[in-house]
Amino acid sequence: MWEYAPAPESRDIANLKPNYRMLVDGKFVEGSGEPLKTINPGTEEVLAEVSTASQSDVDTAVKAARRAYDRVWSKMPGSERAKYIYRIARQIQERGRELAVLESLDNGKPIKESRDVDVPTAAAHFFYHAGWADKLSYAGYGPDPKPLGVAGQVIPWNFPLLMAAWKIAPALACGNTVVLKPAETTPLTALVLADIIQQCDLPPGVVNIIPGAGDVGAALVEHGDVNKVAFTGSTEVGKIIQRQLAGTNKKLTLELGGKAANIVFDDAPLDQAVEGIVNGIFFNQGHVCCAGSRLLVQESVADELLEKLHARVSTLRVGDPLDKNTDVGAINSREQLAKIKELTESGEAEGAQRWTSSCPLPDKGFYFAPTVFSNVSQAMRIAREEIFGPVLSVLTFRTPDEAVAKANNTPYGLSAGVWTEKGSRILWMAQRMRAGVVWSNTFNRFDPAAPFGGYQESGFGREGGRTGLEAYLDV
Amino acid sequence: MAAPTTLPSALADAARDESSLRRFLHGLPGVDQVGVEQRAAGLGTRSIKKASKLHAIDLAISMVDLTTLEGADTAGKVRSLAAKAKRPDPDRPDVPKVAAVCVYPDMVRTAADELTGTGINIASVATAFPSGRSTMDIKLADTRFAVEQGATEVDMVIDRGAFLSGRYGQVFEEIVKVKEACGDAHLKVILETGELVTYDNVRRASWLALLAGGDFIKTSTGKVQPAATLPVTHVMLQAVRDWQTQTGELRGVKPAGGIRSTKDAIKYLVAVHEVAGPEWLDPNLFRFGASTLLNDLLMQRRTQLDGHYSGPDYVTVD
Repeated sequence: MWEYAPAPESRDIANLKPNYRMLVDGKFVEGSGEPLKTINPGTEEVLAEVSTASQSDVDTAVKAARRAYDRVWSKMPGSERAKYIYRIARQIQERGRELAVLESLDNGKPIKESRDVDVPTAAAHFFYHAGWADKLSYAGYGPDPKPLGVAGQVIPWNFPLLMAAWKIAPALACGNTVVLKPAETTPLTALVLADIIQQCDLPPGVVNIIPGAGDVGAALVEHGDVNKVAFTGSTEVGKIIQRQLAGTNKKLTLELGGKAANIVFDDAPLDQAVEGIVNGIFFNQGHVCCAGSRLLVQESVADELLEKLHARVSTLRVGDPLDKNTDVGAINSREQLAKIKELTESGEAEGAQRWTSSCPLPDKGFYFAPTVFSNVSQAMRIAREEIFGPVLSVLTFRTPDEAVAKANNTPYGLSAGVWTEKGSRILWMAQRMRAGVVWSNTFNRFDPAAPFGGYQESGFGREGGRTGLEAYLDV
Repeated sequence: MAAPTTLPSALADAARDESSLRRFLHGLPGVDQVGVEQRAAGLGTRSIKKASKLHAIDLAISMVDLTTLEGADTAGKVRSLAAKAKRPDPDRPDVPKVAAVCVYPDMVRTAADELTGTGINIASVATAFPSGRSTMDIKLADTRFAVEQGATEVDMVIDRGAFLSGRYGQVFEEIVKVKEACGDAHLKVILETGELVTYDNVRRASWLALLAGGDFIKTSTGKVQPAATLPVTHVMLQAVRDWQTQTGELRGVKPAGGIRSTKDAIKYLVAVHEVAGPEWLDPNLFRFGASTLLNDLLMQRRTQLDGHYSGPDYVTVD
């Protein structure tokens, strides 16, 4: 047997500090909230203490953002704003390894993903939007579209740095100022991004980053001087925010949960479909709102596909997120692990057939072995509820119409995958999928030029591309 | 047109006649170019260090088909290559022997005189290598000559012209006949993937060669660019894996041409390990067709053991 020796990335690269503070009005300051301890989900050790915002800190941050908006940022020519945004993009690249290692430490995702996906895509978002800053007149929203003002942004823990980039880059490019709240369990890379922003000499108050729990987020979105709210996270919280904002004139975009169908037809390139299925559900431990968590496979190839899938999933290496050979890292928190366990138990109780990879798991930390449920029916919880973990539910279909009906039979509608070698069928399916993103013969591919967003309970508004600018412009 | 071994009925039917064969090959699932290249690039980022690297280097050395296929080949050159094959690093007797020495048919006797009894195989290219453009009789005579001279392995080329014009039956027939002419010698079937161009063709040609009884499927002659690539090898490894799933038989894969560094060789071994499976990490089931690769493996082996790099003058150039 050929065992791969451990190949860990050095954690020293992360430049981990014992304390992190929030960025308000261009300065790193102590928040007056209760400090939180952020842990490494791969080992359960405490990484650092992070100061959090109180209600009054939220107010200070929003006021700073308002000042920066009124006095500097809204008046600055787009070509000047672009220079700052380009500078941030280059700094992210410059400090790419530091950010990648820190992201893996704080979030639990494997280093190969933070290194090859999160950090480069975050930099790409800043580069892309920097390009728009002086070209907004040509974006299709009239001759001189105006910014909205102060954007209050709340982001999740699954892609801490990347989501910060998705939120901050378009806001700045369009001329808005920002108050951003990173997730409670993963504040560190957003605070290194804050350091980058400070080093890039952005005018004080243009970007404010205030860590904290849900109450800080609630105070931020409720604040009377916020003009725009952007939230990525659970459908449950998204609904609360929408209720809070009803009757105000704040512009809102929500990017919420999903239960995406990955549909494999009998003429699909099966081996690559297997890769796409694996990437669709086991990428980032399945902590992906657009994860392909429901596999819909045509009955005539179901057995063959499932056999190949089991063999492939068995080769996934679960373990130390910092090991360069790890494919599936740690579950982000104890709570999330408990939720995944509860839902998988319901799958067994409801009669689905469970298959779990026999890969070894580390003793410490939060880990869950890749799991595939077959004989799943639409009525089961594992087919309806978002698990947000490395758990795939396999259903079958007989005809394209049935595939469409089953795929759309969900309150969500964020993404879908279609696997077939027939071009006409790809287009036919894409027209019928009630999903914001339809991937064909691939899955989980992200590009700043491609708009991303959902239908129904997956939210509304688009992020990325020309379409995504609308959310930050007064149009 | 009968399949040479006892096969499961679905596969035996595939080889029944020309039109069944065509239906079977065209019925294989397609290969998505973007997907397979993404997977190959992804696996290429595996980081193999320390003991696992040393193990990989020794394994790779034992899988090398040390090759010289030049118009300028002489008996002297072949003898020195045979000496290298037996003791790749004369200062380090613990270095494993290579798997085989691969030469043109007229050099087989010279190689056999040096290698018989050493456990190192004598491989010969045959069937109008590298183009395969000759008559069946000549190709068979070429094969028989190589085997009579002492070849224990024959590397044949398929008729790419026939394959690309859809005459699959003819290609199948040729492989079956060459296999017969090989007798006990192992048959490696060179697909020349650089001329087949698409991954769909590579998959079809792989299955065709497996159905016809090839013991190994081999990427390239080394005379056409591109020669072996990682994604092509992925498709072929998947084919032998699928073959094993359906028949229980283990068949081998040999990428050849263009693999020059230890780093590359390790990427191939990772693919063997994770696409085909650990049982293929065996010189009987995976080979590297290479000449310059061996010295890089030896230098990296020394680096691993000595803790520093010693340079190309400390390994022999043969």
